[in-house]
Amino acid sequence: MTAANVYPQRPTTGAKAESPLHHADLASLVGKGRKNAGVTVRDKKLLGHLTIRGDGHDPAFAAGVHKALGLELPVALTVVAKGETSLQWMGPDEWLLIVPTGEEFAAEKKLREALGALHISIVNVSGGQQLLELSGPKVREVLMKSTSYDVHPNNFPVGKAVGTVFAKSQLVIRHTAEDTWELVIRRSFADYWWLWLQDAAAEYGLSVQA
Amino acid sequence: MLHIFCPHCGELRSEEEFHASGQAHIPRPLDPNTCTDEEWGDYMFFRDNPRGLHHELWDHVAGCRQYFNATRDTVTYEILETYKIGTKPQFTGKTETTKVVTGLGEKV
Repeated sequence: MTAANVYPQRPTTGAKAESPLHHADLASLVGKGRKNAGVTVRDKKLLGHLTIRGDGHDPAFAAGVHKALGLELPVALTVVAKGETSLQWMGPDEWLLIVPTGEEFAAEKKLREALGALHISIVNVSGGQQLLELSGPKVREVLMKSTSYDVHPNNFPVGKAVGTVFAKSQLVIRHTAEDTWELVIRRSFADYWWLWLQDAAAEYGLSVQA
Repeated sequence: MLHIFCPHCGELRSEEEFHASGQAHIPRPLDPNTCTDEEWGDYMFFRDNPRGLHHELWDHVAGCRQYFNATRDTVTYEILETYKIGTKPQFTGKTETTKVVTGLGEKV
């Protein structure tokens, strides 16, 4: 089926796993922010991130992904979700699958089985990036300060996801619910984004959710 | 700030998301070993520098991370079109120099 070396990359022996924001000790900040904070941040840490690449125009590829995940292959600039699993368009031949912690190995095996001999690639990138969820009535204000991309609901409805410039770097913004947005951030930039968000959200009040 | 249409994302994006990567449609010689030093040097280092229409390679680095081509007027900076690699431009100006070279790759 495949010559790829597929193995569980997450240690099962109880080895210590730390979020890229471990040093910020977000757990100790829970409940410390302003009441009725305009922005609430949640570190969705240590989820399973898989990068899937293949030919999006090939019906066999789309059917295989649907069979394995129960999700339709999303079209340009969109993200689809089912429960805690989401699949996002990253480029014309690239998608990002995010599954709950510990489910990435099973998801990868299922995908490889369903896609068979097609010319594809599935890479576990869980260690390289993480999700930050921002929710609250003032999140859009914070995004407007940070990116040149138009985040007005007319241009950025729920279910849209774009890669763009943000502050002095780049990340992926996903609009998951009316007042809820997710940022896909690089591990090595986690500290920068945390400092940036604290500063940008200070005037609206920032609270941390476990 | 310019807005550039990314043919992969299908919408206009801010110029700061893009990176220009020089002249487009430069085919790599199919068999570099048969090139003379001059031919290889031309392929590697020599680029057109037209006054007027220019076909360029751009990279949507902050978005879909894909390369595409753009036809740009080097005098006015107007971007007339963007199109995917492997397709032909609609706008071709007289300022272009068309080189007749044989034995080159097709998909440029």
